[in-house]
Amino acid sequence: MSPLDVIKIREDFPVLRERVYGKPLIYLDNAATTQKPRAVIETIDRFYSRENANIHRGVFCLSEKATQCYEGARHKVKVFLGAASDKEIVFVRGATEAINLVAATWGRAFLKAGDEVLITHMEHHSNIVPWQMLRDEKGIRLKVAPVNDSGELIMEEFRKLLTGKVRLVSVVHVSNALGTINPVGEIIRLAHEQGARVLVDGAQAVAHRAVNVRELDADFYVLSGHKLFAPTGIGVLYGKEELLEKMPPYQGGGDMIRSVTFDQTIYNRIPYKFEAGTPHIAGVIGLGAAVDYLREIGLDKIAAYEHELLEYGTKKLMEVPGLRLIGTAEKKAAVLSFVLGEAHAHDIGTILDRSGIAIRAGHHCAMPLMRRFNVPATTRASFAFYNTKEEIDLLAEALREVTEVFK
Amino acid sequence: MNPDLQDLYQQMIMDHNKNPRNFRVMPDATSVAEGFNPLCGDHLHVYIKMKNGRIEDVSFEGDGCAISKASASMMTGILKGKTGGEAKALFEEVRAMLSRDVNSPVDTEKLGKLAVFAGVCEFPSRVKCASLAWHTMVEGLEPTGKQVTTE
Ligand SMILES: Cc1ncc(COP(=O)(O)O)c(C=O)c1O
Repeated sequence: MSPLDVIKIREDFPVLRERVYGKPLIYLDNAATTQKPRAVIETIDRFYSRENANIHRGVFCLSEKATQCYEGARHKVKVFLGAASDKEIVFVRGATEAINLVAATWGRAFLKAGDEVLITHMEHHSNIVPWQMLRDEKGIRLKVAPVNDSGELIMEEFRKLLTGKVRLVSVVHVSNALGTINPVGEIIRLAHEQGARVLVDGAQAVAHRAVNVRELDADFYVLSGHKLFAPTGIGVLYGKEELLEKMPPYQGGGDMIRSVTFDQTIYNRIPYKFEAGTPHIAGVIGLGAAVDYLREIGLDKIAAYEHELLEYGTKKLMEVPGLRLIGTAEKKAAVLSFVLGEAHAHDIGTILDRSGIAIRAGHHCAMPLMRRFNVPATTRASFAFYNTKEEIDLLAEALREVTEVFK
Repeated sequence: MNPDLQDLYQQMIMDHNKNPRNFRVMPDATSVAEGFNPLCGDHLHVYIKMKNGRIEDVSFEGDGCAISKASASMMTGILKGKTGGEAKALFEEVRAMLSRDVNSPVDTEKLGKLAVFAGVCEFPSRVKCASLAWHTMVEGLEPTGKQVTTE
């Protein structure tokens, strides 16, 4: 495997040439959203400039072409995730909507009072709140598997909580707040032994490592396009065909029906049953372009390079006086969440910003996890394959400046 | 350091952050108000003891960034002895200072020491931090029992 040519890759991302406060932008908020390569931007531009039409309805050339591009992108995503068929790829707004879809359809139809849903302490709010809403509606129980001081799921406790009453395990693949990579393969195997289904929140995983939903044997897998170098407003719900077939539809409207009379409606087949209304066509096509772009570079290469960044960044940040990493799991993605002496995350964020460094300060939509670590907030640098060791050096330098201010 | 930052993190602000004044729970307060900034997690309680229409004592406790803590600390120092009306008038002055255009002047006569927060307007995402304690204090003057947020 030849190493990644990061200089060349950076040229693919126009925004990386931006300057803020006269300094070159150092973008380290990739867990919030990723930047877009020219391949994606140009694909969307071409779509709107030359190909725009609605899909699945027109008989004219442009509409047929748009439909082809749209369905072509679905196939690309299917290959990208290793799904068995295009029918298992449902387009939604993002990871959040995908989880809500599963809760609102599968959850409402198949869970009853007393059934249990098992999540972990490191879930994003989007994998907590939909289950709470379902709990309040249906009387299911929501259980939370604890994490240890390094931010790893405590598998022993997880196994204990995984009783016969658990119908669904809903777990994050890679934690956005800590970077922890969960052993989802093992989790899925254990859950299946107990007869439970598993939803994996892959929002933070798919841009950084190769994922194969069939090898994992995931029942549902969700992701957001905008964290995968594609536009905002588009995401994917992968579901096993047998499950999607049995699930009631999500929203009602055009495209999700086969025929409608005022007495009765016959629903369309999957995945269209879950895609009511005109979808985000350009977003889907952009997502297809992003997936192509990643395949060309190779996710194994990306994962190897990002691991180098993680190791280098961990070492550099640990050298900053008073810095304490939050999240030190053995298996980690390139996310560095930390607290720094007396300095509050928000002050750190402001000071780094003036050095052109974009990082996240806050609770990262994981308030229960922050409470678990007894911090109101952390500062988080999250990397992508276009980041460099030089940027990490500048981050460390700026953090030293923070310690000077807060001496 | 960048001059805007020097302006924001002045000595006096850093001192109040490190050694906040009136940083305590007040068991005999006549009112307590809670303020929360969900975006950054700044969270504080402001305690007020009114006597004969004047603020006899005011304190705060909570967790937050340097700007929010220093702002709360300096606010409590300056409000003692003021009437509710005077406190509100000062709140309006602070609000005007924080939301003004960078180049427009600050009324240092009315604001006194609080003018150290004049640089905050250069940092739009931090205005809420500086104003949280003030919004909370105003709620404390006429409590509705609601949590105050600066969202
Ligand atoms: C782990 C994880 N899950 C879910 C989400 C929600 O993604 P979106 O807001 O794109 O729906 C995020 C976004 O921050 C995330 O990091």
